Amino acid sequence: MLELAIGIILCGCAIGAGLALIAGIGPGIGEGNAVAKACEAIGRQPESRGSVMSTLFIGCALAETTGVYGFVTGLLLMFVVPKMLVNILINALVANGIL
Amino acid sequence: MVNSRRFRIIDALLIALIVCPLIFAIVLKVLTNPQSEGIAISGAVIYFTIPLPKWDLPITETQVNSWLILISIFGLCLYLTHGLSPTVKTKRQHLAEFIVTKTESLVHENMGDFFSGFAPFIGAILALSAFSSLSSLLGIFPPTSDLNVIAGWAILVFALITYYKLKCGFGYYVKSFTEPIAFLTPFNIIGEIATPVSMTFRHYGNIVAGSVISALIAAGLRVVSSWIFGWLPGAIGEFPLLQIGLPAILSVYFDVFSGCLQAFIFSILTMVNISGGFDFDIYTSRKNKKLNKNKRTQNI
Repeated sequence: MLELAIGIILCGCAIGAGLALIAGIGPGIGEGNAVAKACEAIGRQPESRGSVMSTLFIGCALAETTGVYGFVTGLLLMFVVPKMLVNILINALVANGIL
Repeated sequence: MVNSRRFRIIDALLIALIVCPLIFAIVLKVLTNPQSEGIAISGAVIYFTIPLPKWDLPITETQVNSWLILISIFGLCLYLTHGLSPTVKTKRQHLAEFIVTKTESLVHENMGDFFSGFAPFIGAILALSAFSSLSSLLGIFPPTSDLNVIAGWAILVFALITYYKLKCGFGYYVKSFTEPIAFLTPFNIIGEIATPVSMTFRHYGNIVAGSVISALIAAGLRVVSSWIFGWLPGAIGEFPLLQIGLPAILSVYFDVFSGCLQAFIFSILTMVNISGGFDFDIYTSRKNKKLNKNKRTQNI
C-alpha cells in the first residue's frame, strides 16, 4: 500500500510539473509580439535602434517573468515537493501506528 | 623608481587578492564534488552544519562561494582605486571613473536627485549579482542559482522600500493600501508581498533555467556523440567529442548575457520600487511642518 501511495504522490508531482511548464506559452507569444514591434520601430526609424534595443531587452526580461514562475513551480514540484509529501505521509503513518 | 616598484608590489598583491579566492573556490569544488555521470541538477553542497538550539545552521557551497566572490570584488575595487591622482591618469583610473560615473548617471536617471546617495548601494548590488552569475564560467557553483541568496537581497530591498514609504508618514503608508478604493485593500497587500517574491523568482529562475538547459544539452551531446563516434575503437569512441566547444556557445547567452541582464534588471527594479513608493512632495511638506513646529516651540 505504501508503494502505491508514494507512486501516486510522484505521479501527481510529475504531472503537475508538466502542467506548470505550460506557462511558457504566454511569454513566448508576448516576447514575439515585442520583438515584432521593435523590428517595426527600427524599420520606421533606423536611427533609434540603440534605445529600442535596450528597451526591448529589459522588456523581454520582464515579460519572461511569468514563464519563469511556471519553471520555478515545476522545479519545486520535481525536486522539493515529493520528498516533503513522502515525509509527511510516513510521519502520519508512524503517528497512527500503521508503520 | 622606488615609488613605482612599490606600486608594482601592491598591484601584484591586489591581483593575488582578486585571483586567489576564485582559485580557492575552484579547488574546493574539485575536491568536494564527486564527478557525476549523466544529467546532474543539484543544489548547493552542504559542507558542514553548526548545531544551534532551534535550527541547525548549514554552511553550504553558496555561502562560501559568495564570501569568496565578495573578497574578489573587494580586491578588484582596491586594485582599481588605489593610487588615484588628479593629474596623471592611468588606464585603471579611467576605468574606475567610467564605472563610477555610469553608475551615478544610471541612479540619477531612474531615482532623481533625492536618491543620489544610492549610487554605491545600487553599484554594489549590480556588481555582486553580475559577478556571482559570471562565476559559473569558472565552473564553480554560482551563488545566484540558490534561491536563498536572492531572497535575502529581495528582503533587503523590500525593507528599504517600506522604510522610504514610512518616511512619508505612517498614516500615508496605511492609506496607500486603500487606494484607489477601500475594496482593493487585500489585493494591494498581496501586491506588496508579491514585489520581493517576483524579484526573487525572476532572477533565480532565469539563472537556474540557464544551468538546467546547459546540463540537458551537455548530457544530450554526450549521447549523440556516442551514437556518431561510438564505432571508433578504444578511447576515441568513448570520448564525447561533440561536448567540446558546442556548450560554450550556449553559455555565452545563458551565463554571460542572461546573468548580466538579470543583474541589471534587479537593480533597475530596486531603483524603480524604492523611488516609486516615495512621494517627495508629501515628504517635504511634512518636513516643513515639523520645522515650523520646532520653531514655534522654541519661540515660546
